[in-house]
This record gives sequence, C-alpha cells and structure tokens, in this order.
Amino acid sequence: MNLAVKDIRHSFGRFVLTTVGVGLLLMVVMGMRGAYRGIEEDATFLIDNVGADLWVVQGRAQGPFAELSRIPDNLSDRVAAVPGIHKATRCVYYTVQRRHAGKSLRMSIFGLDWPVEKGEWLPLIAGRSLGQNHYEMLADKALGLSLGEQVKLGKDAYTVVGITKGMVSQAGDGLGFVTIRDAQAIQEDVPGEAMRLERSARSARATRNDIGRTQPFILDRAAGPVSNIPALGSPPISAVMVTLEPNASAAEVAAVLSSWPDVSVITHVEQRELMLTGPVDKARRQIGMITSLLLIVSAVVLTLIIYTLTLERATAIALLKLIGSPDRVILGMVLQQALLIGGVGYGIGYLLGQVILPYFPRRVVLVDYDLLQLAGIVAGICLLGSLLGMWKAARVSPNEILS
Amino acid sequence: MDETWAIETQNLTKIYGSGNTEVVALRDADIRIRHGEVVALLGPSGSGKSTFLAAVGLINPPTAGRIFLDGQLVMDGPRTFTDLRRFRRQHIGYVFPKSNLVPFLSAVENVQIALELDGQSSSVARRRALELLDYLGVADRADHMPSALSGGQQQRVAIARALANQPGIILADEPTAALDKQRGRQVMELFRMVAHEQNGGVIVVTHDQRALDVFDTIYEMEDGVLTRQASQLTVT
Repeated sequence: MNLAVKDIRHSFGRFVLTTVGVGLLLMVVMGMRGAYRGIEEDATFLIDNVGADLWVVQGRAQGPFAELSRIPDNLSDRVAAVPGIHKATRCVYYTVQRRHAGKSLRMSIFGLDWPVEKGEWLPLIAGRSLGQNHYEMLADKALGLSLGEQVKLGKDAYTVVGITKGMVSQAGDGLGFVTIRDAQAIQEDVPGEAMRLERSARSARATRNDIGRTQPFILDRAAGPVSNIPALGSPPISAVMVTLEPNASAAEVAAVLSSWPDVSVITHVEQRELMLTGPVDKARRQIGMITSLLLIVSAVVLTLIIYTLTLERATAIALLKLIGSPDRVILGMVLQQALLIGGVGYGIGYLLGQVILPYFPRRVVLVDYDLLQLAGIVAGICLLGSLLGMWKAARVSPNEILS
Repeated sequence: MDETWAIETQNLTKIYGSGNTEVVALRDADIRIRHGEVVALLGPSGSGKSTFLAAVGLINPPTAGRIFLDGQLVMDGPRTFTDLRRFRRQHIGYVFPKSNLVPFLSAVENVQIALELDGQSSSVARRRALELLDYLGVADRADHMPSALSGGQQQRVAIARALANQPGIILADEPTAALDKQRGRQVMELFRMVAHEQNGGVIVVTHDQRALDVFDTIYEMEDGVLTRQASQLTVT
C-alpha cells in the first residue's frame, strides 16, 4: 500500500492547488531562465544568421550593433580586393521610432547591399525577398506589420513584401530590412525647412570665405543638394560584412584588414562576444540574479509545504508508529510526497509555460539543457526539503496518539 | 513452580517532571495476567490508567520498574531489550478512544495496513481485513473514510485493526465508549474470545459497568496505585 498516494488521494483538491501553486512558481523560474536565453539569442540571432565571417567597422569602434559605426560607402571595394575574401557587402544599421497607424512603431533598420543582398538568407514566413532597389521592405513579425502594408518612413512609403520570424535587435525591437539606399534615405531624411536652412548656412559660410568671393560658382553649388558638392562624400554606411573564401584563414585576412589605420576588424565570434558582454550584459546578469533569487524562494516554499504537510500528518504518523510501522515506510511517505509535489508542479509549470510564455513581449527560449537542469534542481530541493519533513516525522512519538 | 505470564509488571513507576513540578503518575504497579485472562482496569480520570496502559504497551517507557510480555523482559525502566516497534507490530493490538484511525486510509485500508506492515501481501491482507470488518459488522462501510464513519463504526474498525495480526496482547482504552450496550458487550466478549482463542492477555480500561461480568479480573487504579479488586472467573 502506497501511503503517499493514499494521502494525496484523500486530500486531492489541496494537492492540486499546491502543485498548481508550485507549478506557477516554477513556470516563472522557467520563464526567467528562458528570458535570459532569449536576450542572448536576440543579441546574436542576426549576427549568426547574416553569415559574415568578419565585420569591418569604424576605426577604434566596436559597431555596428554594440555602438555606432560610420565608414565610407566605398570601403567595401577596398575590402573586396583583399586576397581570401569571397564577398564584401555593405550594411547600414540603426533604430528608429516613428508613428504608424496611430501607434508608436520602434524598428531597427538593416540596410541590405542591393543587388548583391536581397534578403534571401532571412527566415521568411510569408512573402518574398526584396525585388527592387527602392520602396520595399521585409518586416519581422514582431513589428506587427502585414504583407502589403505600407509604412511611411521619411518622405517615402515602403511596402512590406516579406515577413520574417525571430529577427529582432538586442533590445527586442523587430528588424525592418530595406536596401542600403533606402536605409540611408531614411537615416538622412530631414524636413525641407531644415534642408533649406542648411543650404543657406553653407552659402553664408562660402560667402564669408575667400573661395566664395573668388569662385562665385561655388556659391551656387553650396546652395544646392549635397550630392552636387563633390567635396562632400556620399552618406556613410555602418559596416562591411566579409565572407571569406572556403580555404581562407580568418586570422590572416583579419590581420591584413587590421593593418589599415582607419578601420577595425571584428570576427564573428568577437561580434557575438561584444554583444553578450556589452549591450545585453547587465540585463542578462539582472535576470540571472532574479532567477537565482526565485530558485531560493522556490526552495523555501517547497520546504515549507513539505514540512507543513508532515506537521499535519503528525497524528497519523504517531498512529502508524504505534502499530509498528518501520521508519522507512513513514520517511518514504514524506519523501514520495515531496517528489510528487515537485514533479507534478514541474510538469504543470512546463505545460503552463508552453501556453503562456509565447505571449511575453520578448522572446523566451526554453532550452532542453535548462529544463533538465531545473528538473535536477527541483528534485534536489524536494530531497532537501523532505529532509526537514523526515526529521520532523522521525521525532514524532507514538505517545502523541494518547495526548 | 515458575509460571509464564502473558503480561507482568514489577514495581512499574512513572514520574513526570522533576523537583517542584514532579508528578508521580504510577507508583510501583505490579500486575500479573495469565494467558487467556481478560482484565478490566477501573479508576477515575487522571488516576494513571492510560499511563499504565502506555507503559505496558511499550509506547511511553516507565521511569522505573520492569515489564515482561509473554515471559520476555522487554523493558527495565527506560532501558529496552527488544525492537519495540517490531514487538508492538507483532504482539500487541491497541484500541484507543480517539485518533484511532489513519485519516487518509479507508476503513478496510486501516485494517489492511497493519497486516501489510507485518509482511502479508496486499490481496491477502485485504481479504483478512474484510473478514474482520464483517465480523465486527462494519463490512458495508469498508471503503468509507474515517471521517464518514460514526464514532462507533470508527471504534469497531480500530478493534478490527487491533485483532488483525492475532496479537497475544490487547490493550484497549475505553473501547466501548462510543458503542451502544449491545455492541459494547459484543466487543467485550470478542476480547474475551480472542484472549481465550489466542491464549493472550487483554487489559481493558473502562468506565462501562454494564459488561464487567465479562472480565476475569478487575483492577482499580487511584493516584497511580494499582490494586486488585476481585477475581471473577477461574482461568485455566
């Protein structure tokens, strides 16, 4: 006869409530651990998926994700000429927050080097990759945009032609993929009045200068569009993504690029490390500490539940001892109940997590290793918690049945 | 001639507390109960009856004095000479006035557990438990939980459990308190039959004057002092 099961059967309603409570607690622990993993994955998902072996960024900078990076538009041509490099593509990366459909829309823009890059490598769940150099956009599901929807960014509207899944920035903002030209247009967009004021200021500066007085033609150029002034370069890009030849050594190519004084070179591994130790580090550590505290709270709660259950069974335990029940039967009952509460609670927590956690605003990633680790921790907590209950059960005297 | 007694105590003394708070619950209690003898223990509340029963039942060790059960020295003061829990399981059946049943086991399971703890298989134990419940007239309540049983039904289930392992010694504290006259008498006669059939000793603490004729010997307890009142039947 299994006394633990009989006891649970007798107080089934309370057992259900207890395990649901424990399950909710464990679901929060799983969720926190999953959020921790989610932050890591958000921070590295784009880096892992874009397929670049090296990132060439602004000198002494660690961009384009961990910090701002601005490099000349034509740097990619220089990079592409280095032996061992298969492909050097430009990218632009920044975050905007605009109004769309009456709501705030926060989006990280990633400019693709059209026509070399059209976004074929992106995990599309609907639509297609970019089909033209302008006014098309691939939007992540997290942005809440739908296929065919038009989003006004700057002076132009961009039509969503594809929907990706899981492509978010380290802050959890959905990514919008457009061509580099469009990305630069959105980034450089200023109101017409600001443009007029800037042109006027340029004319004024040229007028005050000798060159303006001696070369009046320059005044005309200064008052015109930026693209008409040869002295001013085209808008900068954020980075050049390098794909190596199959047999090329990343270290050797990186050494060549690093010898250029105007740029920094970051390998794929370093880029991941920069993200994990930079922008998301404090958030990760914070969640890690909260998870640890939650585990301690869970341990205390489980121990108290098991101890209280044992206290409530004191008379029954005394009676069992009176009729000659060996210690192993009574202690086994306490231990089995503890493991059942922990095990069923864990199962409930897992099932609830499968239903609830996907609705969290940021990605929650439940990894098998973490789930197994938590199961082990819960089993350990149950064992330790039951020790207190078993200690109490061992101290119950059959004499108590007479009192 | 040496005689082996079912229950024998020598100078059994139990003292609670010490110094100014010292209470002597039992004073040099001597008793000898033959195999097959049924003994009633009478006395007012607080006289020490339950303390005596708990000491003889190896639940609450005496401060001093010796306890022999079935001729075997089991305790000498607080010192024990056997595995008490096993001895209780195999040789003693208990019936107490309250908290008699495990609340999370059904009536039949409460009897069955005593048999299973003694090594019987679940199916054999259940069959035997049902037989006992039937014998005590509560078979129809076999699958009910204790909370769904009346006081009398609970008491009969507890008696069935006490008898389950056919113990040589039965210790009962007010076993008929919740029973009507007829059932009360039946229970007393049951104890007597068990004592005779199993050649064991039975001590019953009771206030029930209606069935005193069932007992072979009557003892009285007052202020911890045990005295023999009368011998009613000759036990052979």
